[in-house]
Amino acid sequence: MKVLVCVKRVPAPGAKINITADGLAIDTAYLAFTTSPHEECAVEEAVQLIERHGGESTVLTLGPAEADEQLRYAASIGVNKAVLLPIDSAEWDPQRTAAAITSAIQGIEATDGPFDLILFGNESADAGNFQVGVRVAHALARPIVNGIKGIEIDDDSLRARRESDAGVEVYSLTMPAVLGVKEGINLPRYPTLKGRLGSKKIEVGQVVAEAMLGGQQMVSLVQSSEPATATIMLGNGPEAAPAVVDLLEELGILK
Amino acid sequence: MTVLVVVEHDRGALSPASLEALAAARTIDPVVHALTLGEAADGLATELGTHGAAVVHQVHHDLLCDFGPEAWGESVAQAVRALRPTSALSCGTDRGNEVMAQAAARLDLPFVANVISVSEADVWAVTRVRWGGSLLESCTLTAATKLLTVSHHAFEASESPAAGTPSTLTVELDPSLARTIVTDRVERAAGVTLATSALVVGGGRAVGSAEAFAPLEELAALLGGVVGCSRAVTNNGWRNHTDQVGQTGTRIAPDLYMACGISGAIQHWVGAMASKKILAINTDPEANMVSKADYAVIGDLHKVIPAITAEILRRRG
Ligand SMILES: Cc1cc2nc3c(=O)[nH]c(=O)nc-3n(C[C@H](O)[C@H](O)[C@H](O)COP(=O)(O)OP(=O)(O)OC[C@H]3O[C@@H](n4cnc5c(N)ncnc54)[C@H](O)[C@@H]3O)c2cc1C
Ligand SMILES: Nc1ncnc2c1ncn2[C@@H]1O[C@H](COP(=O)(O)O)[C@@H](O)[C@H]1O
Repeated sequence: MKVLVCVKRVPAPGAKINITADGLAIDTAYLAFTTSPHEECAVEEAVQLIERHGGESTVLTLGPAEADEQLRYAASIGVNKAVLLPIDSAEWDPQRTAAAITSAIQGIEATDGPFDLILFGNESADAGNFQVGVRVAHALARPIVNGIKGIEIDDDSLRARRESDAGVEVYSLTMPAVLGVKEGINLPRYPTLKGRLGSKKIEVGQVVAEAMLGGQQMVSLVQSSEPATATIMLGNGPEAAPAVVDLLEELGILK
Repeated sequence: MTVLVVVEHDRGALSPASLEALAAARTIDPVVHALTLGEAADGLATELGTHGAAVVHQVHHDLLCDFGPEAWGESVAQAVRALRPTSALSCGTDRGNEVMAQAAARLDLPFVANVISVSEADVWAVTRVRWGGSLLESCTLTAATKLLTVSHHAFEASESPAAGTPSTLTVELDPSLARTIVTDRVERAAGVTLATSALVVGGGRAVGSAEAFAPLEELAALLGGVVGCSRAVTNNGWRNHTDQVGQTGTRIAPDLYMACGISGAIQHWVGAMASKKILAINTDPEANMVSKADYAVIGDLHKVIPAITAEILRRRG
């Protein structure tokens, strides 16, 4: 089978997000970059599906030239092919992103044949627009279900599990299909040394990204205000235990 | 000029976040209509009226007897075409976001997810959350009908009596949309979950191993709570992802969150910030979790937690 995974390069902030002086971007001067954990799991799932059923996996991203790093990371854990849709900024609006990804997929499928399964993250880590995968699937006239935490494949049919407040929902799809994956579907492996060396050599295909602006345009980023709390120190080490238990009683947790 | 609220429900059981969406809708326009999909939801009209819906458009169709993102999204798209509201909004839950994204794709309109405020003009100025709530984005929204979801907890549900008059709306759904309807379910046994527990004992990387969670389990059990963890823990395979608190895990809202050996990265914090009180146990007095917590103990969790358990048992005699 042929599986495609779409990932987005995002900064990896730690304790705090700092914004650039113009308010238009995250200050990434001291930050590493990554993809959403949902997408990391989608990549791992693609690799596992190919290990189990045979075939070929491809990773695709629309982003700055530096997003090459995220493509090669996916290759280092076992994805076979990589495609970059280079853009001049860190991101495009979700409609525009979806349109560009759709036409790239159509182009790839016209020469190489259709993907049986396309995996997206449930939502991107930074923007969290909750829509790029849905728009692409609709444009390709393929079914999509989001929030997937389990996939079983049997010939052309696919069973996908999703968690809800009430329990687990099961969806039964026929491929070609598209799924939005959530972290927890698997435990992503770490790249091996051999995998890392191999990923340096793969050729990253380039597709020109072309699409019209969408109706949602970012104006600025603002830090969400957090009330400054004065932390009450209950003490140091095990000697603090009586103070902690006093607190548990005071809060009505220990009755 | 009306705002249409797409009501989330599970086979007739109303999602509480839908009432927040109704409250949000009332801040946008005085005339609020609701849309319920499937016969099972007909019984919700009275409650939706109590929360401000003047009219409740009810859609009945064989393909709407259970949840299916495509059948629901297509129904919303047809309702928007028929009713021409200024805006159609739903709640920023997994289903709400998915259904509105489906509707947006079908209508070829923009869709803004997880909005916390709207100011209207020709072009709307919208504020939404990014990074699961750590960052806000101001954006413009240009569209004939503005499609959005409202972020959880941004608006408080409140009563505002309106007629809640039921009205039938007909949709035509292609039989092929059956392809994404739920085909099977495993119902969860009722009980306390990470999301609903009044007490959570959270462990981070510093716990060190799967076995080393035993003292946290013991303390949580003693207090009638549950154990949670950071992504460092799930990534190491020490605990299942269902225990992960954070942006890509579960959002918790207990009376007390005891965060042990957790640094407090923003992606963890957004999942914990709805806790009423937070107690951090950490060797590092400068850790982000310590500065953000209400209470802190500076020390080694492997010594502090057993001491707390011993003190509880001592007081109980
Ligand atoms: C897009 C994205 C999404 C993410 N989603 C999540 C998410 O949902 N949930 C999540 O948790 N993380 C998430 N992360 C990861 C997050 O950024 C952090 O890497 C993670 O939360 C760190 O876990 P930790 O606090 O256990 O480990 P660390 O950051 O390593 O912190 C360990 C802490 O333990 C303290 N310590 C050390 N020894 C002891 C001791 N003996 N006793 C007491 N304290 C001690 C240290 O001082 C330190 O504060 C996400 C990251 C990204 C990029
Ligand atoms: N720039 C991008 N390049 C490739 N895939 C993307 C991009 N943006 C979003 N996606 C995919 O679409 C999913 C949903 O993104 P979003 O709609 O932004 O929440 C992500 O988890 C990715 O799988």
